Amino acid sequence: MSIPVVEVTDLHVSFPGVHAVRGVSLAVHPGECVAVVGESGSGKSVTARTLLGLTGEEATVTAGRLAIEGVDASGFRERQWRSIRGRVIGYVLQDALVSLDALRPVGREIAETLKLHRAAPRPEIPGRVLDLLTEVGVPEPTVRARQYPHELSGGLRQRALIASAIACGPRLLIADEPTTALDVTVQAQILRLLAERKQAGQALLLISHDLAVVAELADRILVMKDGVVVEDGPARRVLGAPEHAYTKSLLAAVPRPGNRTTVPGDVVIRAEGLVKAFKGRTAVDGVSFELRAGQTLGVVGESGSGKTTTARLVLGLLKPDRGTVEVDRRQTQVVYQDPLSSFDPRFSVRRIIDEALEVGGTPRHERRRRAVELLEQVGLDESVLDRRPLKLSGGQRQRVAIARALAPRPRVIVCDEPVSALDVSIQAQVLDLLTGLQAELGLAYLFISHHLGVVHHVSDHVLVLKDGRAVESGDVHQIFTAPADPYTRELLAAVPGGHHDQTDPSRRALPGREQHDRLVRPQVG
Amino acid sequence: MIRRILTRLGTSVLVLWGAVTVSFTALHLTPGNVVDVLIGSSVVTPEVRARIIADYGLDEPLVVQYATYLGRVLRGDLGRSYQLHEPVVSAIGAQLGPSLQLAGVSLLVAVVVSTTLAVLTARRRPWIRGLSSGLELVGVSIPTFWTAILLLTIFSFQLGWFPAVGADGPAALVLPVIAVALPITTLLTQMMREGLELVLEQPFVLTARTRGMSDLGVRLRHALRHVLVPTVTLIGWLVGLTVGAMVAVEQIFSRPGVGQLTLTAVGGKDLPIVMGVVLLTAVLYVVVNVVVDLLYLLIDPRLRGAA
Repeated sequence: MSIPVVEVTDLHVSFPGVHAVRGVSLAVHPGECVAVVGESGSGKSVTARTLLGLTGEEATVTAGRLAIEGVDASGFRERQWRSIRGRVIGYVLQDALVSLDALRPVGREIAETLKLHRAAPRPEIPGRVLDLLTEVGVPEPTVRARQYPHELSGGLRQRALIASAIACGPRLLIADEPTTALDVTVQAQILRLLAERKQAGQALLLISHDLAVVAELADRILVMKDGVVVEDGPARRVLGAPEHAYTKSLLAAVPRPGNRTTVPGDVVIRAEGLVKAFKGRTAVDGVSFELRAGQTLGVVGESGSGKTTTARLVLGLLKPDRGTVEVDRRQTQVVYQDPLSSFDPRFSVRRIIDEALEVGGTPRHERRRRAVELLEQVGLDESVLDRRPLKLSGGQRQRVAIARALAPRPRVIVCDEPVSALDVSIQAQVLDLLTGLQAELGLAYLFISHHLGVVHHVSDHVLVLKDGRAVESGDVHQIFTAPADPYTRELLAAVPGGHHDQTDPSRRALPGREQHDRLVRPQVG
Repeated sequence: MIRRILTRLGTSVLVLWGAVTVSFTALHLTPGNVVDVLIGSSVVTPEVRARIIADYGLDEPLVVQYATYLGRVLRGDLGRSYQLHEPVVSAIGAQLGPSLQLAGVSLLVAVVVSTTLAVLTARRRPWIRGLSSGLELVGVSIPTFWTAILLLTIFSFQLGWFPAVGADGPAALVLPVIAVALPITTLLTQMMREGLELVLEQPFVLTARTRGMSDLGVRLRHALRHVLVPTVTLIGWLVGLTVGAMVAVEQIFSRPGVGQLTLTAVGGKDLPIVMGVVLLTAVLYVVVNVVVDLLYLLIDPRLRGAA
């Protein structure tokens, strides 16, 4: 067998107070794609950074063997590591907007790798930069090379970042959550680009929290939890017949179509012909929909499609230029993607909920009892009352946000990307909670998300937005199985994991239960 | 972008007009006869007195006086000092050179020293940071006049390394520059280090490291530019602080300069000079702010599109 590009056995990494990686072993061979999957804090990124000697000064790293291209790297000094970084191993981080220097044109970032390793004579560098941009599929490279990250779209930025990582033709490309910040169609393009690199013989190490993303590319999958590899095997086997309970739970947590049987009530939101423009750019263009009590309307679209503007129009935070929204705003609440930024960090959970109860008109002496009741409803207990949002986990925070939304006893909750910032297993729990509350309280949800799987899972009806227009709307089942509009078809085809995929049979589908009934509770009323 | 720069210059003219108006108003609101205020504490003959009234048109209506005053300021005529027996413009002009020299060199030293310190100490081991921030606290706490007196006592009187008086040659500049630059340096260092520490947490810094760039290279080539916007803002503010510090320092080191001139003028109630200095400060303030705004555009491409 060939010499692995990187090989590490029994890797331990600890930071003061945290033993982040415990006995991880992995090897990546030329032309192979290995994926490390785990949730935040599982130690997957730390493991990847160890392969570049970039764990930081505070880290203590020990390994049975740490070899790069067969050379023992355990005693490498900074200078030796620097000759490895970018030349032998390239590294791509998520979200190129913050992973590229915002004050430099992207061309200079790509040139930097070449200059650092003297990979090309100086006069040839500008030409090489253009070649690299072309190689990663950036159109008009001469123009793009001179642009700054904020002037490029998410997809082009990510391509430029990849170009800077592969500039010196590294043997191994490590991609740490390379598509997490991207819209679904762009994500598909980047995954295709990575697949091309692999076909060209490049070894890949993918780091991701999303099994669906790695399912398409990986030859081998390692599942990490709390610094330990709990499962390691060929991708087909890990996805098809997972052995460890944690892998199974990760697979089960991938949102799947819900088996919903809700009974529609009276109309709670009626929007007709909504139009809203900002400085000449039309953000929402003639959107109409109806939402009934006890039901969920999923609004999907990519960034800039007008999802959030629509939500704000419903909430009355913006006035439509034309069109009308009929909704009882006193009975409407909202849950955002990142509750941390919607909480005052100095407030305790008690005060956050108390404030919402006060607004909802709950008399002072009942508030304490009601606060505990609300926390129980969202699966928390009294012990969190005196904690501050910063001290809570992401899932707990979102539960508090839901409790706050429930405080004034609303009939409608606008959910704006409520689970997008959460790990996949937490995401499933929060979705569970939302569906459960809906059944119990007869709530109506206006559910906004860019994640099609999530929308498919929770919605009764779906509205697909593109550039502010509703390209398609209707029953969730009909839209996901027989989309009429070409854009909807494109969106569905781009979903990784391929369970909606009808265009590319070569893609590996995510195995799992056919019908996902776990999440739907009996309906009340 | 051109339009934005023009707008910026237009508002600057407004600010200067405001400064002229305020100093005119101040002159006329000062208790007592305007002629006496202009003469200050010197004794003049009735002829001179009559000439001042004629010069300033003090027998005309207030509106006419204001218009005349504006016109004169526009022509660069700031009036006469009756104590120094010379025009305000030439009195200030003669003192401007040494002051600009002191201020310029002090700012330059402050920027170079604080950039070096910040780059070297940001996100280093706790004791390095602790030492540096301890020294900074001392530096920023000592009043400038006290630093100046200490420096003078030790390095001029006791050791005799540097001249104690005057502004002849570079040696005479050393101690005053240290005294003026010290508080500016400490403030700048603190701000730049905190800024750098935030920037060094950013993902693009990690990206640069993964390309094989050295730690120092990342600090100098990537991170430093990101802290320049707040740094430039702070420097803009510190120019005001420098002007204040210079009044004391020029006095203590017996250096010629605008600070000295102002102090003498205030003491002798020489209002034309004081008004001239007020205008000069306004011009300085406006120029610095325009430069700062233009530097923003140069530093951060994201701000260029916002016009």
